[in-house]
Amino acid sequence: MFLINCPYCGERDQQEFKAGGEAHIERPKQPTELSDDQWAEYLFMRKNIKGVQFERWNHAHGCRKWFNMARDTSNDEIKAIYKMGEKPPPQ
Amino acid sequence: MRNKYSIFSLFKNALSYHENWQRAWKDPAPKKEYDAVIIGGGGHGLATAYYLAKKHNMQNIAVVEKGWIGGGNTGRNTTIIRSNYLWDASAGLYDHALKIWEGLSQELNYNVMFSQRGVMNLAHNLQDVRDLKRRTHANRLNGIDAVYLNTEEVKKFCPIINTSQDIRYPVLGGTLQKRAGTARHDAVAWGYARGADEMGVDIIQNCEVKGIKRNGDEVEGIETTKGFIKTKKIGVVAAGHSSVIANMAGVRLPLESKPLQALVSEPVKPIIDTVVMSNAVHAYVSQSDKGELVIGAGTDDYISYSQKGSHQIVEGTLNAILELYPIFSRMRMLRQWGGIVDICPDASPILSKTSIKGLYFNCGWGTGGFKATPGSGDLFAHTIANDEPHKLNAAFNLNRFVSGDLVDEHGAAAVAH
Repeated sequence: MFLINCPYCGERDQQEFKAGGEAHIERPKQPTELSDDQWAEYLFMRKNIKGVQFERWNHAHGCRKWFNMARDTSNDEIKAIYKMGEKPPPQ
Repeated sequence: MRNKYSIFSLFKNALSYHENWQRAWKDPAPKKEYDAVIIGGGGHGLATAYYLAKKHNMQNIAVVEKGWIGGGNTGRNTTIIRSNYLWDASAGLYDHALKIWEGLSQELNYNVMFSQRGVMNLAHNLQDVRDLKRRTHANRLNGIDAVYLNTEEVKKFCPIINTSQDIRYPVLGGTLQKRAGTARHDAVAWGYARGADEMGVDIIQNCEVKGIKRNGDEVEGIETTKGFIKTKKIGVVAAGHSSVIANMAGVRLPLESKPLQALVSEPVKPIIDTVVMSNAVHAYVSQSDKGELVIGAGTDDYISYSQKGSHQIVEGTLNAILELYPIFSRMRMLRQWGGIVDICPDASPILSKTSIKGLYFNCGWGTGGFKATPGSGDLFAHTIANDEPHKLNAAFNLNRFVSGDLVDEHGAAAVAH
């Protein structure tokens, strides 16, 4: 349990948010061209990093907007929050 | 030769005030090279080493553990053992484990306190009733004991459950697997460690893996905090940290690691003589031999390796527990903790070879791996020794995420995720 600074609403309790998993996984531009291996990679394979990871969050019980977060998964410390479409901050 | 535990050895050691018990396993320094190395000294890893030595004659092997054996999820789970899974592949896998559990204390000469007190799964809505009836039929077709109970039969089997129809999620029925039950989780790790050690397996604690050395598509060894260990076969049984090891080796896994919590109450006299689980309201409870209520809570929805979960998860579980068991309303909770579970998209495990020769993964057990410990060790040992899966774990390969042949067990996995 921790506080999350929603870029639209300000600091709120983590239970208002829904975690959306690893960020910056791009949807395939040509889905019909994809091999089974590439589909598996896109759909299922995850870095699942212990350390700083970029991930998506949704303020589900608030503004309902999506945003990105850089968070240290070993101690849940939030390093940065940035909007959808923005580049991840340098490490 | 290890002394056998028996009533006579207990008596003999009592005469010397229990000060001369032989140590259960050695504390060796790692050798330069092994035929196989198991990464992870939990129940599954130690069982793998035990069966590699016992059934496949591989004694020159080691188990490396970054902390102490059984200090991870083996010592953090709620000790429930059952095999009432839906699909044929899972039924084969989990019932194979249950059959080994039934003779495990004798096999290991170590009392794992396996108690077949039954596991009851409750239904709280019409869909639950349909799903559980379907699962009961599927279980019976696979030779797994299962019966469906109506509300009165649930009440008769476990009288302290509130079966009133005016609660928020009334009990509409449930399933019962009588061969299911619990075991003492620490004893499972210790028993396998003692057994493996006796056959010559090196159990190396406080030895963290820092890297996997590869030569092209083959493994060459592991870098650890106690130096480099050369080996041609590596079995990774690292539970929540499987992805960390996979990232070192450059293997992609479909796992997400999340905190799962459990808690125990102060000890009281015997009040619940079975295990009751409920998926819909997320409450499950049993009572340990010490008298504590053992309660399983849920997972947080975010990835974390912090071994601590959110407070509201515990609160939600306790709300459900109190509605189902009003008799617990004045009990105090004694301890609460979290473990990191590696969750697969289909809520089924991976016991598999990889694209790298000599590298094997046993992971993805998610929220319910303890029940499978002996079977998992047996089948994973077979996979490592023969470089081919056993027919019981063939379906649980890594390639199923490419072929689409998933084993969806979200319904039977009990913890919603």
